[in-house]
Amino acid sequence: MAERFAPPSSPPGTLAAAWIVARKDLAIEFRTRTAFLAALVFALLGVTIFFFAWDSTAVAAADLAPGVLWVIFTFAGLLGLQRSFGSELADRAVDGLLGAPIAREAIYLGKALANLVFVSGILVVTIPAVVLFYNLPLGREIAALAGIAGLAAIGLVAVGTLFSAMAVNTRMAELLLPMLSLPFFVPIVMAAAQSSARLMAGRPAAEAWPWLRILLAYDVVFVTACTLAFPYTLDE
Amino acid sequence: MIRSVSPARDPLLGVAVLAIAAVYVRALAFTPIEARQGAAQKIMYVHATSAFIALYVAFVLLAVCSLLYLWLKDEKLDRVAESAAEVGLVFTTVVLVTGPLWGKTIWGAWWTWDARLTATLFLWFLIVAYLLLRGAVEERGRRARYSAVLGILAAPLVPFIHLSVYLFRTLHPMPILLKPSAPSMPSEMVVTFVASFLAFALLFIALLRARYRIATLRDALADHEEAHG
Repeated sequence: MAERFAPPSSPPGTLAAAWIVARKDLAIEFRTRTAFLAALVFALLGVTIFFFAWDSTAVAAADLAPGVLWVIFTFAGLLGLQRSFGSELADRAVDGLLGAPIAREAIYLGKALANLVFVSGILVVTIPAVVLFYNLPLGREIAALAGIAGLAAIGLVAVGTLFSAMAVNTRMAELLLPMLSLPFFVPIVMAAAQSSARLMAGRPAAEAWPWLRILLAYDVVFVTACTLAFPYTLDE
Repeated sequence: MIRSVSPARDPLLGVAVLAIAAVYVRALAFTPIEARQGAAQKIMYVHATSAFIALYVAFVLLAVCSLLYLWLKDEKLDRVAESAAEVGLVFTTVVLVTGPLWGKTIWGAWWTWDARLTATLFLWFLIVAYLLLRGAVEERGRRARYSAVLGILAAPLVPFIHLSVYLFRTLHPMPILLKPSAPSMPSEMVVTFVASFLAFALLFIALLRARYRIATLRDALADHEEAHG
């Protein structure tokens, strides 16, 4: 035990430090599992409730599925993002992070990485659930769909982690996080829904490509911008 | 130090209101009626000018002041950003109200999910979120930093939304006539349009100044209360 907590001879580099932060968050989540299970059940409930909000004789389930999937995904993701920095509030745990000899960017990247694992876990269950409940004839496209899901998750987590850090320190955290994040999720939902709709309809992959390019560009721009902006959300 | 100021006596505000009144007399009485759209086209002198000021003046000012604030940490920049957001919200609201009125007459629909309309709507949502964020943070330095971060991130978002909706539309054309290709305007209309733009720009500056003065007074009052209990 003593060996495990022995201080390292030199502070870890940014990526190593990010990994330590991510591991800490994932360990907390793995030992409690409350937030993940709640978000997962929320996502599954959303998928089933949406089915009854449409006239299934007028609109084919396959036309409905992509929109349902990505809207539910963003809302379930918000639940996870909420607790990303919410968990640091108790006993001012965030002071421990800020006092650690690591770059501020490493805290952001670590938090974002843990959130990425969180939302990916939700997607791993939600996508098969949508395929099952909406009777989608999905075969080879599942790999491409996983790629879209990955790109969408990165964009969502990049922006959401930053706003989570800001929202927890405000007077109405639970309301403010969706207010800040949802406008930023619009391009993600649009691109992910449009590209996966084309895949699910059996259209050639080339039709999904312009949307994937938007997702890629979004990820590059906002991962960079949010990493640079994050240190300003912390108290000096 | 609190100086006494009287916002009601700001001459610029009066000049701006008079200029807009004058422009509208010209627009209604002395500018020819557009052949295809009829009198409805007169909305352009409010709508297009407000849109231009909201997006290219207020929003750009918000983003630039936010960026400069994080760099220079000057409270004046934060107050300009705050004022630009609030006055920009007024102008964006004018765009979103006059747009459907014009659209219903010309396109036959109050609203279409056209790239510009969608981007403007989300610009409105973003500014509302920005002002709500400001209202939800107590501490002044933190409020300035948080809102600056949002002001900066909003800048690349609006083009992204515009691009996504543009792609959305080109892949899925809708049966509604979007926008007639810009007809070259007769010179009387151009003069009215430019005059209207200048009048609204003047109004923007006057409102921005008034709002900035309020922000300065509020901060001075907070400093005063802090110093003297």
